[in-house]
Amino acid sequence: MAPDTGGLTLDTAPKPSPAADASPGDGPAVRVRGLTRGFGGRVVLDGIDLDIRRGEFVALLGRSGSGKSTLLRAVAGLDHGVAGRGSMDTPEHVSMVFQDSRLLPWQRVLANVVLSLPGPNARERGRAALAEAGLEGRERAWPHELSGGEQQRAALARSLVREPELLLADEPFGALDALTRMRMQALLLRLVEAHRPAVLLVTHSVDEAITLADRVVVLADGTVGADVPVDLSGPRESASPAFADLRRRLLSELGVTDAPDEEAPA
Amino acid sequence: MSAPAAGTAGPDVLPPRSARGRRLGPGPRVPGLLALGPLLLLAVWFLGSATGFIDERTLSAPWTVVATAGDLVADGTLPDHLAASAQRALLGLVSGIAVGLALALVSGLSRLGEGVVDGPMHVNRAVPNLALLPLLILWFGIGEEMKVITIALAVVVPIYVHTHNGLRAIDRRYVELAETLGTSRTAFLARVVLPGALPGFLLGLRFAVTAAWLSLVVVEQVNATSGLGYMMTLAGTYGQTDVIVVGLVVYAVLGLLMDGLVRLVQRRALAWRRTLED
Ligand SMILES: Nc1ncnc2c1ncn2[C@@H]1O[C@H](COP(=O)(O)OP(=O)(O)OP(=O)(O)O)[C@@H](O)[C@H]1O
Ligand SMILES: [Mg+2]
Repeated sequence: MAPDTGGLTLDTAPKPSPAADASPGDGPAVRVRGLTRGFGGRVVLDGIDLDIRRGEFVALLGRSGSGKSTLLRAVAGLDHGVAGRGSMDTPEHVSMVFQDSRLLPWQRVLANVVLSLPGPNARERGRAALAEAGLEGRERAWPHELSGGEQQRAALARSLVREPELLLADEPFGALDALTRMRMQALLLRLVEAHRPAVLLVTHSVDEAITLADRVVVLADGTVGADVPVDLSGPRESASPAFADLRRRLLSELGVTDAPDEEAPA
Repeated sequence: MSAPAAGTAGPDVLPPRSARGRRLGPGPRVPGLLALGPLLLLAVWFLGSATGFIDERTLSAPWTVVATAGDLVADGTLPDHLAASAQRALLGLVSGIAVGLALALVSGLSRLGEGVVDGPMHVNRAVPNLALLPLLILWFGIGEEMKVITIALAVVVPIYVHTHNGLRAIDRRYVELAETLGTSRTAFLARVVLPGALPGFLLGLRFAVTAAWLSLVVVEQVNATSGLGYMMTLAGTYGQTDVIVVGLVVYAVLGLLMDGLVRLVQRRALAWRRTLED
């Protein structure tokens, strides 16, 4: 899987290792202990422990229905009325990107980006964030006038303009075609490099997880089944042996036994 | 991202064209086409009177009506009655809209509010408004107050029902989004709730305008000494068909104008929507 990305490559500058990033005395950005959630007596999350360091990029894998969205929504504080227990420390500024762009259809793009953004120069910052996401000149468009990828870029601009300490993303590129998806991954990496939030990204794609993350967490049977650091030096080339090894390992954690060499394109 | 900024060219660069493939929607708007129905009705009336098919005693001819209208305007009768009616309708409409909107917000945004407000609103809806008239006359007398309140009561119902409905139909995902963005209650109201409920409110407004006119006619035929309804009732006692028809035409024109106005507001305010309407 190495389509021409139009000059965009997904290899990034060598990331500072997460351990070096956490200055002494600095607690993690996210600290989850014994998080349990259930629906109607059925336990979906069963005592999850999870730490995310500041600036660390964690990808969350798991089979469909394994509770990835449930975990993300719990961390985002969106699960009012869902039964459960456990403790959670999250930073004050948390942004969330959803699978759908979730732009308010009755607000123009810029107004969507700066929605309840505090500060006197909110519109200026919103404009800059849109430019960063490659949407300059589209500030006054209605959301329905943007393509799917453009809408998702606007949603990304909306989350990052808030300078979050934690960015939560639930399959943000799930609805996009393969090429747009690669461009969006590159954009996400660039923006995350620039703003350095901690990231918890839910994805269905093992390759996406390996390409983007510092660490991959696999959710299985309501608990953390595997917690694998991604230390691939150099470009994260999906054809490289180290990449392939990691892919095989993660796929077997996910219960895919006859792991293919290359992930079938969606 | 090196995506070209599409759509920067002016709209005059590309000529309009029609696409292949069957169109299932009604197509773009044709200016003036909405006047077609009313004009057809007018034509039937005109032809019927000119051929003698419509008896002058049943329905006055258009030209008689125009002449009568001229007389009524000249001697100040019509403007006076019209002003009295318009004032009542407007007062009732404005206060009814305010109350209906406030109740819809209270009941739409809080469960307690819904428990308190929703039941009585449906009782009000179930009881024909005009059946309340005798009671309202007992309570408020036969003056302006009773008339405005009757109109307002008729306006509250559609405003409440449609705004409440529109508000509850707001996608939960947007509420969630507002929560993740740390939106304050006022910003939530201004940016999510009100715009989201606007389509419902505007639909309610169209019904409300009609309801206001309807109630107006009735209250003005009860113990009024001014207004279009009074003018028509009086004409009825003297057998002045032409005056009655003048009143009807004025009602019709005003009703159409107000509906057109609401539709215009609707189209402006809902520019973000992509529906069959456009
Ligand atoms: N609101 C809800 N009510 C009842 N059950 C729910 C609810 N939300 C989630 N569940 C259940 O919890 C389980 C986990 O759901 P969740 O959405 O977290 O899975 P997921 O890992 O995100 O799956 P996917 O990859 O398909 O998005 C599923 O079995 C689902 O049916
Ligand atoms: Mg999910």
